[in-house]
Amino acid sequence: MANTQLQDADPRDGAVSSRPAARRTKMAARDVNVFYGDTHALKGVDLDVYEHEVTAFIGPSGCGKSTLLRCLNRMNDMIEGCRVSGEMTLDGRDIYSRDIDVVQLRAEIGMVFQKPNPFPKSIYDNVAYGPRIHGLARTKSDLDEIVLTSLEKTGLLDEVHDRLDQPGTGLSGGQQQRLCIARAIAVSPKVILMDEPCSALDPIATARIEELIDELRENYTIVIVTHNMQQAARVSQRTAFFHLGSLIEMDETEQVFTSPKNEHTQGYITGRYG
Amino acid sequence: MRYERTGGGFNLAALLLAAGFSLIAFHAGPALALDTAGGTAGLTAPFRPIYLVLAAILVAALAGFYMGRTQSLRTAGGQIRDLHSLPSYYGFYVALWCGLPAFVLFVAWMIVEPGIVDDMVLAGLPSSLSELPPQRLGLILNDIHNLAAGEGFARVADEQMVAAARHYNALREIGFWAMVAAIAAFAAGGLYHGRARIAPALRARNGVERTITVMMIVCSTVSIFVTIGIVLSLLFEAIRFFQLVPFWDFLFGLEWSPQTAIRKDQVGSAGAFGAIPLFAGTLLITFIAMCVAVPIGLMSAIYLSEYCPRHLRGIIKPALEILAGVPTVVYGFFAALVVAPFFRDTGMVIGLDVASESALAAGMVMGIMIIPFVSSLSDDVINAVPQAMRDGSYALGATRSETVRQVIVPAALPGIVGGILLAVSRAIGETMIVVMAAGLAANLTANPLEAVTTVTVQMVTLLVGDQEFDSAKTLAAFALGLVLFFITLGLNVFALRIVRKYREIYD
Repeated sequence: MANTQLQDADPRDGAVSSRPAARRTKMAARDVNVFYGDTHALKGVDLDVYEHEVTAFIGPSGCGKSTLLRCLNRMNDMIEGCRVSGEMTLDGRDIYSRDIDVVQLRAEIGMVFQKPNPFPKSIYDNVAYGPRIHGLARTKSDLDEIVLTSLEKTGLLDEVHDRLDQPGTGLSGGQQQRLCIARAIAVSPKVILMDEPCSALDPIATARIEELIDELRENYTIVIVTHNMQQAARVSQRTAFFHLGSLIEMDETEQVFTSPKNEHTQGYITGRYG
Repeated sequence: MRYERTGGGFNLAALLLAAGFSLIAFHAGPALALDTAGGTAGLTAPFRPIYLVLAAILVAALAGFYMGRTQSLRTAGGQIRDLHSLPSYYGFYVALWCGLPAFVLFVAWMIVEPGIVDDMVLAGLPSSLSELPPQRLGLILNDIHNLAAGEGFARVADEQMVAAARHYNALREIGFWAMVAAIAAFAAGGLYHGRARIAPALRARNGVERTITVMMIVCSTVSIFVTIGIVLSLLFEAIRFFQLVPFWDFLFGLEWSPQTAIRKDQVGSAGAFGAIPLFAGTLLITFIAMCVAVPIGLMSAIYLSEYCPRHLRGIIKPALEILAGVPTVVYGFFAALVVAPFFRDTGMVIGLDVASESALAAGMVMGIMIIPFVSSLSDDVINAVPQAMRDGSYALGATRSETVRQVIVPAALPGIVGGILLAVSRAIGETMIVVMAAGLAANLTANPLEAVTTVTVQMVTLLVGDQEFDSAKTLAAFALGLVLFFITLGLNVFALRIVRKYREIYD
């Protein structure tokens, strides 16, 4: 059932698409299964993430949306007892193939976490961390430029320009999260994964981050996991609804929120459960 | 629920109480008879079964427990739900009333009684003895104690001494029975009082829990008082030492040779008490120990917490902690019999002159001993670094080693430093290894191949064997101990402050 709907939403079949012309698949999952020990956490998921769009994963807790997100940059490799099967691609390359350097992969697919996690270093060093380990800057001024541009893009520069040497942990929650986003874009990733990036923030900081996500869409491809359905509706172009480890429905966000095809999706969106 | 046996508890309690105290009387009876029958020669210590008193208090408290429990049910008409607390709380309530005052009295009595008895015996001595100087008087008192216990006639047991011993025994005997009577009165009074207060509205649970809290506070302050006592005992002896040797000469003197001669005309009669060579030796050995322990300990901690698969960690970590369980004496053998000769022989091969009791050998083995300290403390702080930090770093495409070097170690550094400082204070205070493997020569050197001595080694040598407690040589040990205590205390306080400060970052 899930598969038929997914295929309905798949533009390669030409079935549903409001803007098919400009679309290009950035990342794709084909028949992805994830096991944590004996637990079957994700069951046969197929989906596409399009370039320069925001894709939202929604669903009740434990539905596997975060699991899938963490598979997209192989963060699940770090978890003992986690097995992933199926195929996942970035620009057509299989990211689980042997000749992929997982460290390099993660530089291309950045991630922002639920709780802001700046390193206990200065604001500057937080943003410079990625460029330094990847050798992106040859000189100090190159590095300065990367750091300042990244902070600029997240709108943080005006707020912190006079205290770049202060610890990043001293910022407010919303600023910390934008610092983490700046840190992620400093290594010029192709995709940015966001795992409930606003769940620890107040509404004003949330609004600021949502604005930022919309701005970042121009240069990056974004996947966001959220529990906040208004947020999914506001920021995303496409929405995937997960339930009990399966992808139930994936379509244009407007479509999913106005006329979902699946009764589970409808139930969740209208707040009947979840 | 209806509780039937309302009267049983009280009877049982009374029976137990009576049994407890009659047990003492029964035990004491024959001993008393024997003592009165004995002649002047056969002085024996009076029978004072302290353990039975304790047992009796315990039995009385037990009796109180049953009594309280039964009584509470009776006052509530057998309805537990009418009681404020569960019946057993009323039991504990009465037991505490019965046992606690009696026990406190017992402890106080045991502390105060001997002094009072001694004073009374001394006051009763004939003037020829009682007017002796205090030190002689102490010896006489000691003799009286021995004589009274019927053992060890150190000096001639003259009439006066035997009389005094007899007096002493009589007083101790009276004291003991007075104590038994007082304790019995306290226990019975407490029992009666506690039982009388039982009513359904009595908040027995709150009372019991408050009492237990107070008892826990008392227990936790014991160690504080012991520490204060240790410091004071060191301090008074050290002050006596500093009356003989100037403080600054001790602290900054460059020569240490404590062997003061017995007669003035012998060689080296003055002795030299400059502690610098000892502290230099201690620091040298500690430094060598840390050079071994810090890299190995830290590396193994990083491996264990960041790289090691969980099942392997379950094997390696306990194995490492076995090192902490090896007695330091055994490390001492190892240092003296294996490591030191090995260094000496190796030194000979490559043309170095290594002392057979080199600082290097002692320091190396001490370092091995301290590895588990460093590794398990560092492991704890590294594990305390939130997973979010690691995730953040990995998500930016950092490798494990980059993450460890640039995120985890810096984040855990204050805690690691704190752990290392605790290990240093352990190394400074460590005695057994250096006694066995380091030398006795107080060389002031920075060469790890030479023999050096440490503060603790010197303290041991100063205090081993027959000592006179008014010579500078013996007292020097206390002065060294005091300085050592303040150094390790300072290090510990400093280390704990760092550790605590670090903990606040992520909480």
